[in-house]
Amino acid sequence: MTDLTKLTMAEARDGLKKKSFSALELTDAFIASIEKGNSALNAFVLSTPEHARAQAKASDQRIGEGKARPLEGLPIGNKDLFCTNGIRTTACSKILGDFKPPYESTVGQNLWDAGAIMLGKLNNDEFAMGSSNETSAFGNVVSPWRRKGPDGKITTDKLVPGGSSGGSSAAVAAHLCLAATATDTGGSIRQPAALTGTVGIKPTYGRCSRWGIVAFASSLDQAGPITKTVRDSAMMLKAMASHDPKDTTSVDAPVPDYEAALSKGVKGLRVGIPKEYRVDGMSAEIQKLWDDGISWLKAAGATIHEISLPHTKYALPAYYIVAPAECSSNLARYDGMRYGLRVNGDDLIDTYENTRAAGFGKEVRRRILIGTYVLSAGYYDAYYLKAQKVRTLIKRDFDEAWNSVDVVLTPTTPSPAFAFGEKSGDPLAMYLEDIFTVTVNMAGLPGMSVPAGLSSQGTPLGLQLIGKPFDEETLFRTAQVIEDAAGRFPVPDAWWMKG
Amino acid sequence: MSSQKIAEKPKSKNLIAGATGDWEVVIGMEVHAQVASKSKLFSGSSTGFGAEPNSHVSLVDAAMPGMLPVINRECIAQAIRTGLGLKAEINLRSVFDRKNYFYPDLPQGYQISQYKQPIVGEGEIEIEVDGETLKIGVERLHLEQDAGKSLHDQHPDYSYVDLNRSGVALMEIVSRPDLRSSKQAQAYITKLRTILRYLGTSDGDMEKGNLRADVNVSVRKPGDKLGTRCEIKNVNSIRFIGQAIEYEARRQIDIIEDGGKINQETRLFDAAKGETRSMRSKEEAHDYRYFPDPDLLPLELTQNFVDELASGLPELPDEKRARFMKTFGLSGYDADVLVAERPSADYFETVAKGRDGKLAANWVINELFGRLNKEGKAIDESPVSAAQLGGIVDLISSNAISGKIAKDLFEIVWTEGGDPAEIVETRGMKQVTDTGAIEKAVDAIIAANPDKVEQAKAKPSMLGWFVGQVMKSTGGKANPAAVNEILKAKLGL
Repeated sequence: MTDLTKLTMAEARDGLKKKSFSALELTDAFIASIEKGNSALNAFVLSTPEHARAQAKASDQRIGEGKARPLEGLPIGNKDLFCTNGIRTTACSKILGDFKPPYESTVGQNLWDAGAIMLGKLNNDEFAMGSSNETSAFGNVVSPWRRKGPDGKITTDKLVPGGSSGGSSAAVAAHLCLAATATDTGGSIRQPAALTGTVGIKPTYGRCSRWGIVAFASSLDQAGPITKTVRDSAMMLKAMASHDPKDTTSVDAPVPDYEAALSKGVKGLRVGIPKEYRVDGMSAEIQKLWDDGISWLKAAGATIHEISLPHTKYALPAYYIVAPAECSSNLARYDGMRYGLRVNGDDLIDTYENTRAAGFGKEVRRRILIGTYVLSAGYYDAYYLKAQKVRTLIKRDFDEAWNSVDVVLTPTTPSPAFAFGEKSGDPLAMYLEDIFTVTVNMAGLPGMSVPAGLSSQGTPLGLQLIGKPFDEETLFRTAQVIEDAAGRFPVPDAWWMKG
Repeated sequence: MSSQKIAEKPKSKNLIAGATGDWEVVIGMEVHAQVASKSKLFSGSSTGFGAEPNSHVSLVDAAMPGMLPVINRECIAQAIRTGLGLKAEINLRSVFDRKNYFYPDLPQGYQISQYKQPIVGEGEIEIEVDGETLKIGVERLHLEQDAGKSLHDQHPDYSYVDLNRSGVALMEIVSRPDLRSSKQAQAYITKLRTILRYLGTSDGDMEKGNLRADVNVSVRKPGDKLGTRCEIKNVNSIRFIGQAIEYEARRQIDIIEDGGKINQETRLFDAAKGETRSMRSKEEAHDYRYFPDPDLLPLELTQNFVDELASGLPELPDEKRARFMKTFGLSGYDADVLVAERPSADYFETVAKGRDGKLAANWVINELFGRLNKEGKAIDESPVSAAQLGGIVDLISSNAISGKIAKDLFEIVWTEGGDPAEIVETRGMKQVTDTGAIEKAVDAIIAANPDKVEQAKAKPSMLGWFVGQVMKSTGGKANPAAVNEILKAKLGL
């Protein structure tokens, strides 16, 4: 039998349907690969094999009865930001300790209701704050990818899988699960997808419910999947998205059949190329990747139009005001009073300080401090209010652009995967990882990263597609064209399985 | 020159005498009223009072990770009704903000409130003090969450927290600094409470903490600009509001007259000592870092929704008062007493319907309210129903019984119940208006008391003695007017 873990989600679905293998066999294959491969990668922070096998058995029964649901029997990983009923959820922060929520996130529930199987909880940057998965309380995730040195030989440098959904991207790329949930506040789905050769979509703000997902920055957070292929992405998002009365920012709009859009092609589609994304010092290989993307779409019948998104340059600084501001307030609930970590002190203030100092890592504390500062009396107008105005202008830039184009094409990241420690000492360099992705969150638009090529170091690079609000369908059909043209980018050597 | 620019001359009766002359006290109030609703502002938990600690707490109220607020439509409707009752502007777009501070009874680490864009804008409340009608400006009304309750007396080393109140909806109603005496302040909150109760938007129960006031007090020499204010937090009875203002005004006057300055600060009222004391200074004030709550979209209302609520509003106390005076010929005082509580007004109206309004008011206010007060009963606990009291009034109006008998009858109905007309009939309480029978009784008394007849001729006030005798012999049932008339004629007075 072939290695079941190498299948795409759609292939696994077909195999189950044809009864080539059972859901339990499929699940066991992933459990085995996690057991073997996870110690080298640290992608899963909690593996739930018993839970997964129980779900798999139930799925096999349903399949046998001809009652299979859309994701029946398909094993996935769940980012540790998603609350799981009775199963430890920490957001990869010490402050949540061994917190076991008595509830399931809406997105998670949607997936289980669609028949998906949970293999465990995936690593991420603490509270989703980071671009390299180096801020996790459980330690960093190692990318399954290895880069070539200047001599052209593969090195053993430990590369970052991107962040904050680094566990999700690494686990999918390393075949530890078929697909994974992820969240994206400033690029946390698309950037790790780009750095690992996987597909990541952050849908329109409001497409997925935020209920039961540990909040980072409420006005920017959005759930989405990381998958091996564009088709898998369509399958996953269809199941994850829903209108949820428990999240008043979720939108009551029908969720289309995204898979049906995949075959529509891009003939006549107007693709925008924003000139402001040609940032200073953009590397030649990123420029080439972008040009390749343009040629592929052109060849498939799309028309290419240069557009201007003049406020792009303000997006990153504005994002680093809005997101920390919201985070400083959202994380106030972790006070040691009701759940999670408590480090007692001499009095209440002391207990707060001890708890939060011990519970939050450095990056989280940095953002809480920034956020507290920008909301302070006397600074609110200068920072937060101004950042919100910038946000309005960014939205307006896109509204304007949609008059002439249907989708926007950009690189996902300014550079390929870097090694651990290369950027973690320099927060600004790390924040620049998000330069192409944050605008999308600031405008609430759907954005998707598709693998499109390899860097000179032999590591993956991604192209980003940005769409109109709730027009994820156009992203899927465009992404399919890119995937078809660029091919897929599996990790060449499964070194992590060799013990 | 426009006369409107000249500040209204302070009423001398409101001034407070100091060593350096008279002072004027300026008061503004922020009243927190718990919204009457079954569930909390942003969660489905019950708002029931008196439950076991932490039994009305949802995942949202406890601020579990990933929980989100969902606005309770009924709380919005209640706030709008209140706004309409205060003749205030309803803002069709309002925004919920987060007010950030740490405290164990505030699980989220922020209170969801409305800061820059409240649901209700400017309105007014009319009060009557010492026969003078005043319009007190209402600056705004906004919705916010209540915090939980910290219990510091349950354990030697720890405080306990009860989150039952956490997330309950409050309306904060902010007045303009238009009040000029403790009496006015008391009248303001009394009237506000009456309006809230009429609307059914808050039970206004101060004992349960469902209505409490932050009172801002400053003093100035008449005509001067506003002085520095102190805010007295969380005063929870109308009497204490009066005491707190009196104390605080005097304290401020004494400081200024001694050459000192008032520091802007938050103070507490100590009811046991009858004084206010400093809680925190302006410098120690929290920086609440208000910003719009990103979990909640701005609240957008349609004019249609507001209009529908407006059309469903009950008659309010001012309108009812005017109508009672017009329809039933009541005095302003009687009307005030009757409309103070909606159940009292409803009771009265049932009694007065189709009857003599003044007589009905007299019986409701003097006999019924008197008796209820004496027994510490509320109007809805009255053993005498409005229909029964109406029956009594009917018997008086038809001269079937005298006022004196009516009081006996009221007593019987109060203690035993029953239909008043039937009681009068079966117990022979009917007034004797048959002049023949009265004459017979009068003749008998005159015949038996020749000496008194002589005395009466010299001293006509002796008539009272004869009236008493006749009433006695008729068992109190003789019509007193008829007795008087016949006696006067027979005695030649």
